[in-house]
Amino acid sequence: MDFEDTPEEAAYRLKARKWLEENAPKNIADSSDDEIFDLQACKAWQAKKSDAGYAKITWPKEWGGGAGTTIQSVIFSQEEARAGVSSLNRPFAISLGISLPSVLANVNEETQLRFAKPGARGEEIWCQLFSEPSGGSDVAGIRTRAVKDGDDWIINGQKIWTSGAHYCDYGIIITRTNPDVPKHAGLTMFWVSMKTPGIEIRPIHQMSGASGFNEVFFTDVRVNDSQRVSEVNDGWAASIRTLMVERASVGGGDTPGGSSMNVYKLAHELGMLDDRALREKLADWYATSEGLRFTGMRMLTALSRGQIPGPEGSITKIVLANLEQDMTLQALELQDQFGLINDSRISPLTALFQQSVLGAPGMRIAGGTDEILRNVIAERVLGLPGDVRVDKTLPFNQLPKGV
Amino acid sequence: MNLDFSDEQKQLKDEARKFLDNESTIARVRSVLNDEKKSFDEELWKSIGAQGWLGAAIPEEYGGLGLGYLELCCIAEEIGRAIAPAPFASTIYFFAEALLLAGSDAQKKKYLPQIASGELIGCFAASEAPGALTAASIGAKVEGEKLTGEKLPVVDGDIAQAAIVLANDGGKPTLFIVDLSGAGVLRETLNTIDPTRSAAKLTFSAASAERLGSAGEGVELVERILDRAAVLIAFEQVGGADRCLQMAREYALARYAFGRQIGSYQAIKHRLADMYIKNVLARSNAYYGAWALNTNAPELPIAAAGARISASEAYWYAAKENIQTHGGMGFTWEVDCHLYFRRSRQLALIAGAPRVWKDRLVSQLERRNAA
Repeated sequence: MDFEDTPEEAAYRLKARKWLEENAPKNIADSSDDEIFDLQACKAWQAKKSDAGYAKITWPKEWGGGAGTTIQSVIFSQEEARAGVSSLNRPFAISLGISLPSVLANVNEETQLRFAKPGARGEEIWCQLFSEPSGGSDVAGIRTRAVKDGDDWIINGQKIWTSGAHYCDYGIIITRTNPDVPKHAGLTMFWVSMKTPGIEIRPIHQMSGASGFNEVFFTDVRVNDSQRVSEVNDGWAASIRTLMVERASVGGGDTPGGSSMNVYKLAHELGMLDDRALREKLADWYATSEGLRFTGMRMLTALSRGQIPGPEGSITKIVLANLEQDMTLQALELQDQFGLINDSRISPLTALFQQSVLGAPGMRIAGGTDEILRNVIAERVLGLPGDVRVDKTLPFNQLPKGV
Repeated sequence: MNLDFSDEQKQLKDEARKFLDNESTIARVRSVLNDEKKSFDEELWKSIGAQGWLGAAIPEEYGGLGLGYLELCCIAEEIGRAIAPAPFASTIYFFAEALLLAGSDAQKKKYLPQIASGELIGCFAASEAPGALTAASIGAKVEGEKLTGEKLPVVDGDIAQAAIVLANDGGKPTLFIVDLSGAGVLRETLNTIDPTRSAAKLTFSAASAERLGSAGEGVELVERILDRAAVLIAFEQVGGADRCLQMAREYALARYAFGRQIGSYQAIKHRLADMYIKNVLARSNAYYGAWALNTNAPELPIAAAGARISASEAYWYAAKENIQTHGGMGFTWEVDCHLYFRRSRQLALIAGAPRVWKDRLVSQLERRNAA
């Protein structure tokens, strides 16, 4: 056991570090808000990385990738963080992490070549058009219709929770093409240009004040059959693959104690580290944060050994989101009445906790709710049976519908 | 990055599991539980010795195999999974570690080969009264190499031949080695919440005591011994917690209620998912502890605290929710859930309670931040 690179990894790290020193932009304004970035600067950096083989490192060269390994991709991310340029990746996280890989996994070579490189270079950004007002956790319950019209399909309906739709060029969309059969059997996936007439994007105003997501309305949007990503009515299998990518992650911060040390810092500044009740909680949070950090390291170890990491990563988001909520509550209480003030000029730690207390409820829902993630662990990791379902055999259009 | 055991170490772990599946069966565990006169499974202890496990982390010059702590961690996890009714922790994590940390060459030469060969059972006697151990709480004292006082509970104190004892020497907390077969030692077996592991009250009346380490070093040495024991115990806890999750899962698949497997209800599923989450966190923290122990890293006190807090929480949760998942049968004598529940409490208390470790962890963070 150790925390060292193998000789090959060390050589790669050195090369990446040197390249970053010579090429990375300096003095990036690093906001803690994921939604704040300079799109043009991000795109320029992504193109530069692609030319050097550092964008989408695991993709082949002809796709604009680096023909490298997963562990190399992790090492480069660590070096980007060290160079202070990680925030430049923000607009591409979903595009290159979820949406575009799902498209490329399901289309012919010509289409792959058309979209891979511009995506890797950041010239074209992809969003994911899955969730709907009537289907969040139950994605297969979506109602957006696609109806065949000659060589085209006409799409009508509404998507929601679409991150970055306002700056995306393309999207991957799941639609209902046959409502007369059980819900999983009537779905079809397409890619769509976000510039197509009939698409309207409206930002969602979150309780935290941020607007990272959008509603996307489709009114008689025409797409060609060549834009179909799955077989007709066989879109569910493809979307399940996408969701699995989204829910697994190599998580955990890089610094000992992660964000629990922010609470430590606050308590230290307020002279409240002697509080016995707080010390107990702090120790729990520290141990939990470290547990996540070492879980991430165990997954990296598997990658480094050329193995596929185990299912341990499935715990990351649910643990982080709940930890965040617990910690922010206590951090506000430590400030007592002053905790009410949400003003970065006068609140401790530039109002970090006031911001995160309003953001934490969303963390427990976005990208898979706590409940769905527990189901995933129970069913896919522990092999427990699925719940009894009323929606597997009834045709979609006969299912009871609420709001 | 290499935060995992090697293939050879994993193989050792697999072999240990197979061995204990055969040698430390639940029937053998129960025979210790049900027989008031039986403090441990002597046959099992002998066969563990024959495997060479007792000397896994004892250097070859003292009769051990000199494999290292990572190997010992692998064995510890399986001992924990099997809830082995044997004095492994007392003898290896406490007694042998205390000697390795503070013993003179002569002391190491005298005791360690006997431990490695399975001839000697050792124990660790620090506690005297309810409440956390502090320098002020030590009543036992040594005058002219003679020890007087009481220690309880002493895990395996009724079967050990020798004890490491914390006592005041001229008012200074100091560790001593005491031969328990000598004059002036009275032992009484105690009733505990986990009868599969014995514990005793030791009363010393001018018993011969040999100093271990320097005078006045006792409290600091105890903390260092506990750091090391905590990591190894964390592996036992991880093994036990894993077994509880496995039992709960098997029952949730086999048991039907209201016309379907109870494992298909989210109320059960989510509880098992939470067990899994806590077990993963505990295992990952234990691995970091293993690294720190094996390399004797300056991070050991923080790593040990993290491992102990996380593993105690995981085993407690898994043990109590395993009972809950089993419903009415879960709290009967004949179903095995309570064996793990008992052991989860035993392991969480023997190296100091988690609440004390939480305080220690934050103190370590304060020290690190001040540096």
